[in-house]
Amino acid sequence: MHVLDLDYMLGLLPILLGYLPLTLEMAGAGMLAALVLASLLAVVRVQRTPGLNALAMLFISFFRGTPLLVQLFLFYYGLPQILTFLVAINGITATILGLTLHFSAYMAESIRAAIVGVDRSQTEAALSIGMTQGQLMRRIILPQATRVATPTLMNYFIDMIKSTSLAFTLGVTELMGATQKEAASSFLYFEAFLLAAIIYWIVVEILSWLQRRLEKRLNRAYQR
Amino acid sequence: MIALHGITKRFGTHSVFEDIDLTLEQGEIIVVIGPSGTGKSTLLRCINYLETPDAGRLTVGDLSLDVTRASRREILALRRRTAFVFQNYALFANKSALDNICEGMIVVDGLSKAEAHVRGREILERIGLADKANAYPASLSGGQQQRVGIGRAMAAKADVILFDEPTSALDPEWVDEVLSLMKQLALERQTMIVVSHEMQFAREVADRVVFMDEGRIIEQGPPDELFTNPRDERTQRFLRKVLANNPVV
Ligand SMILES: Nc1ncnc2c1ncn2[C@@H]1O[C@H](COP(=O)(O)OP(=O)(O)O)[C@@H](O)[C@H]1O
Ligand SMILES: [Mg+2]
Repeated sequence: MHVLDLDYMLGLLPILLGYLPLTLEMAGAGMLAALVLASLLAVVRVQRTPGLNALAMLFISFFRGTPLLVQLFLFYYGLPQILTFLVAINGITATILGLTLHFSAYMAESIRAAIVGVDRSQTEAALSIGMTQGQLMRRIILPQATRVATPTLMNYFIDMIKSTSLAFTLGVTELMGATQKEAASSFLYFEAFLLAAIIYWIVVEILSWLQRRLEKRLNRAYQR
Repeated sequence: MIALHGITKRFGTHSVFEDIDLTLEQGEIIVVIGPSGTGKSTLLRCINYLETPDAGRLTVGDLSLDVTRASRREILALRRRTAFVFQNYALFANKSALDNICEGMIVVDGLSKAEAHVRGREILERIGLADKANAYPASLSGGQQQRVGIGRAMAAKADVILFDEPTSALDPEWVDEVLSLMKQLALERQTMIVVSHEMQFAREVADRVVFMDEGRIIEQGPPDELFTNPRDERTQRFLRKVLANNPVV
């Protein structure tokens, strides 16, 4: 047993922090794409769009019903064997794609619940003055549903940041991959992974703090 | 002119009403009364296409449509010519009083935000809520919310405003301010169909009172005549019951 090598950790810190932007970028891109896809899925589910609704249900069921790691391997290693144009896909893109599909399935259900939660009479009011379904969604329902769903969506974002570490299994040198490489050359596995854990932890704590502030603001919305 | 011809509505196998005919002249004010469950709300909702009628013809101004063959465009056009005031106000919770009123002008009529706000503020003035422009529905009293609901309908410049029991969800203290706003609209000869149990209001404001029972228009006429001299036995029974609770002076 050895004592914690703090000097090594301090030296490693700037190196690992250098990989943080990539982690945040993958999560950020995944989140934005997932929000768009999840909103579309939710609207299809709420409006029970013929045909599309069944597809959306299948999609949601599959991506919630299988592990993210399996999905990532399927996209990165499996699919290119069948769809040969995907051979050029890199690990980062595959990760973002996987995170998007996986998390959009979960997020779609929260957004759907939030949409259904908006008082039905507002829908009738909007229709009664001649608004179209699209205008109703964009201007009345989604703004309110977004507020209700935001805390849950923030949780998914936090989860997504942690899940970017799986990109390591697709050969991407992100925070986790870099830690692994550093540890393998120094043999100081405990220090290296502890430091990686602390970095994730701090990022998540900052986001949780933002989330609490945001929630307070959202609770005050529309009350003035 | 507003005309309903042979309007029929069923929910599954349950027929709410069949073959309803009703005609209003421009500027006419009709109050519809009748026991609950009779189909008054459903009738109003059919005129606005919140319910899809099963048969008949609807005419509002220069638009006339066969309900069995109405296209989406025609339905939108019909809704733009009719406005609805809901029992539970149904304001947009994410919009201020002013924005509730302006929403339709901007989104449906295509006015610029600035133009809409000018008209919106005029309407706020008329409904006595000029100082509440930026207030959200959650911070308004029931009476204020319903006045905004009426303001939203006024903004639509509809050929007819349909009121579905606009005061029956209100605490008694707020009823008068809503009724007096409706009276003001009546004085301006805004065409309207009002479903209400406010007999005093019907007496003072209606050009014609329509009594509905079990999905049928039993009788109709000027309030003086219908209230003092109802011909049908069902009308007599209904009026006796209602007027016993709320005598009309
Ligand atoms: N969405 C609906 N589905 C099924 N039945 C309905 C629906 N809306 C109303 N009804 C029925 O239609 C009849 C008339 O209702 P309604 O128009 O609300 O009456 P009123 O407004 O006169 O009280 C009632 O028997 C009611 O149960
Ligand atoms: Mg009713």
